[in-house]
Amino acid sequence: MSGDLPAERGPTDPAAATWDRVPPLLTVEHLTMRFGGLTAVDDVSFIAGQREITAIIGPNGAGKTTVFNCLTGFYRPTAGRLSLERGDGTHYLLERMEGFRIAREARVARTFQNIRLFPQMSVLENLIVAQHNKLMLASGYTVLGLFGIGGYREAERAAVEKAKFWLDRVGLTARADWDAGNLPYGDQRRLEIARAMCTEPALLCLDEPAAGLNPRESLELNQLLLSIRDDDGVGVLLIEHDMSVVMGISDHVIVLDYGRKIADGTPVEVRNDPTVIRAYLGEEESDELPPEVAADLGIAPDAGTQ
Amino acid sequence: MATATAASVPVTRPVNWIGVLKDAVIIGLVTLALALPMVGFETTSSTTERGWPLLNTRFADVAAAVIAVFLGRLALNLVREGVRAPVAFMAWAVFALLLANLITETVPVWNEAVETLLVIGAFVVGFVATWRWLSPEGTTSSEVMDDVAAGLQRWNRVIAPIGLLLALAFPWLTGLYALATGGEFAISRNAVDLGVLLLTYVMLGWGLNIIVGLAGLLDLGYVAFYAVGAYSYALLALNFGWGFWACLPLAGVLAALAGIVLGFPVLRLHGDYFAIVTLGFGEIIRVVLTNWSSFTGGPNGLSGIPRPTFFGFPFERNPAEGETAFHQLFGLEFEGVHRVVFLYYLILLLALITNLFTMRIRRLPLGRAWEALREDEIACRSLGINPRNTKLTAFAVAAMFGGFAGSFFATRQGFVSPESFTFIESALILAIVVLGGMGSQLGIVLAAVLVILLPEWFRELDQYRMLAFGVGMVLIMVWRPRGLLAHRAPTLRLNSAGGGR
Ligand SMILES: Nc1ncnc2c1ncn2[C@@H]1O[C@H](COP(=O)(O)OP(=O)(O)O)[C@@H](O)[C@H]1O
Ligand SMILES: [Mg+2]
Repeated sequence: MSGDLPAERGPTDPAAATWDRVPPLLTVEHLTMRFGGLTAVDDVSFIAGQREITAIIGPNGAGKTTVFNCLTGFYRPTAGRLSLERGDGTHYLLERMEGFRIAREARVARTFQNIRLFPQMSVLENLIVAQHNKLMLASGYTVLGLFGIGGYREAERAAVEKAKFWLDRVGLTARADWDAGNLPYGDQRRLEIARAMCTEPALLCLDEPAAGLNPRESLELNQLLLSIRDDDGVGVLLIEHDMSVVMGISDHVIVLDYGRKIADGTPVEVRNDPTVIRAYLGEEESDELPPEVAADLGIAPDAGTQ
Repeated sequence: MATATAASVPVTRPVNWIGVLKDAVIIGLVTLALALPMVGFETTSSTTERGWPLLNTRFADVAAAVIAVFLGRLALNLVREGVRAPVAFMAWAVFALLLANLITETVPVWNEAVETLLVIGAFVVGFVATWRWLSPEGTTSSEVMDDVAAGLQRWNRVIAPIGLLLALAFPWLTGLYALATGGEFAISRNAVDLGVLLLTYVMLGWGLNIIVGLAGLLDLGYVAFYAVGAYSYALLALNFGWGFWACLPLAGVLAALAGIVLGFPVLRLHGDYFAIVTLGFGEIIRVVLTNWSSFTGGPNGLSGIPRPTFFGFPFERNPAEGETAFHQLFGLEFEGVHRVVFLYYLILLLALITNLFTMRIRRLPLGRAWEALREDEIACRSLGINPRNTKLTAFAVAAMFGGFAGSFFATRQGFVSPESFTFIESALILAIVVLGGMGSQLGIVLAAVLVILLPEWFRELDQYRMLAFGVGMVLIMVWRPRGLLAHRAPTLRLNSAGGGR
């Protein structure tokens, strides 16, 4: 596939030079983000493919969340180019767009490391708010909707159907009318994913979706992510600490350390990469939880893999 | 106090008198330490021969405060220990005696401030004791209020029409009341006037609720939009001679524009910063109105604003040449109360429009986006909602309703001046919204009754009614920090049965 890439991206770009997989969805080139004297992300380039799960791993403070914040417009990158090419041929330069436009037009959806639901609104309402722009149009920017003119009722019914569909996918149908803030932790995580999916994204960015889940929930999450990739055809960019998730479901892994990319490849390539083993996994078995990760999750290192 | 967690103590346990007394004594001593310097001495302007400032002492007041706090604490402790009924009876007796005396002054009142506080204290003790005595073990009054709020929501379909009917019938009910108490059927002008006042604040509360309760933006300068509406109406009516129904929408539009102009720079700010800047804007509007004399009449305000007409038929005893007055139109005797009743129905209509709008918009994407913004702005952005425009619409719409209320105020008074639009007004409207339970339409009505009518009814307490009002507000906020009827029902449901939590 590398021959299809535009010339200016070919030889100069370390990620593109070796890219021979599926068509690219997101191409990150020389992304740099500085906060005062601290360089949180340092000249990172990578490609996330269409219909693939791309994992970003790295120790705490490696800059993973910062990459997400640049992608979704919460930070304006100090340097670099972020381009999104959707399957339908449309093309967006994310670094030039305002945050809400990235979600609305380029269709990049995300979740947050510390869950951000609308806690006092019901689960169903959370999913309806996610379809805001479509519904806003259907309600004639509120003016028609206020007087009950136009197709708003129909649009709302369709939105509820979509919400139901996703509630079913994440197993929350029975709790549809709960306040989102009252859900158990694992449900909140899944609701956040469902809410992101209700925006009909081309790229779904998940920031540590498995953090704090028990092993059974974690397994269900894997199934959900695989089905989002295969059945919905959505590209997933995944920040993950849990190695079993990363190795089990991702097609492509990028390793960050101190803001720099230190490895990029398939899970097998990455787990055997000596740089990764040295910098991130220590000298231990690669499918065990690294100590800092275990500490992050609040469990003893030896209790990590079950 | 009401939320103390000792409700599970079995009633049979013997009262721990030593502990109860010790605690009350300690609290009494704390009161002494606080009251002695603050209440005990009063500086005067005169001095002794040696040049020392002469101090008046008020040790009697200090003693009264200490004893009152000691007794109050003792009573609350006893309630906690299970002695409920006796304490309740005693507290209500003290409350009734003191209140009656305060109003009738049978026994000369020796210090009204202290006595007012005593009345409030007795009320609180009586309430807590009665509550504990009558309620099942383990439920706090606040939890019960939660259920009440949820129940009111559920029965809204019944309550709302009943409330509306009562509001519609209110002027005639005052007439019937006069008839029933032996007089002739006569609509009470004072009562209807009070109703107009109440409904004005209900409408302002419902308007501000759009910003504060739904969009979650703490606006401390809402009175600015009220002022813009009132002055717009006055200036349009005076300069162009337009009637009420032409000026009303224009004043609303102008207020909405003011909302957008003020909102644009302010909405970048969050939380406390936002609140402080809106406070500033409220004051700026007032200062401009005071100083731009050539346009706004300065501190003297604008007078001679045309009074409302019944669709062109004025409420005058002697209408101008060629005009028909309202009473002539209907062949009635002229009565001043006609206009008041008309104003009453006018503000009722305006308030209802505000309420209907809010109820409807909560079910539309815009209203849901407002609430989502209140909950989490960052999440909203990640879902493709434009936070700035969405907040701006909330600001503009709330400002518009403030403007409508302002127009009504102008035509009711026939006179506007900057004095009517001080920060106190903003604070009062905000108090209604917060007290009622943010976002609760019914709660706002209840809070408006408490905040507007109670001080009117207790005029006998004179200036101490504001003291009582302040203490009452503090107590309610201690008891129910999220407001009296704070309860949010989802705007749409999937499973018809099932709770919200
Ligand atoms: N808004 C910010 N201001 C200053 N420093 C930041 C900001 N956001 C992130 N950082 C810093 O950037 C580094 C990377 O953080 P982050 O991206 O959250 O790491 P990760 O998600 O990989 O654990 C950290 O050192 C963090 O302190
Ligand atoms: Mg992170």
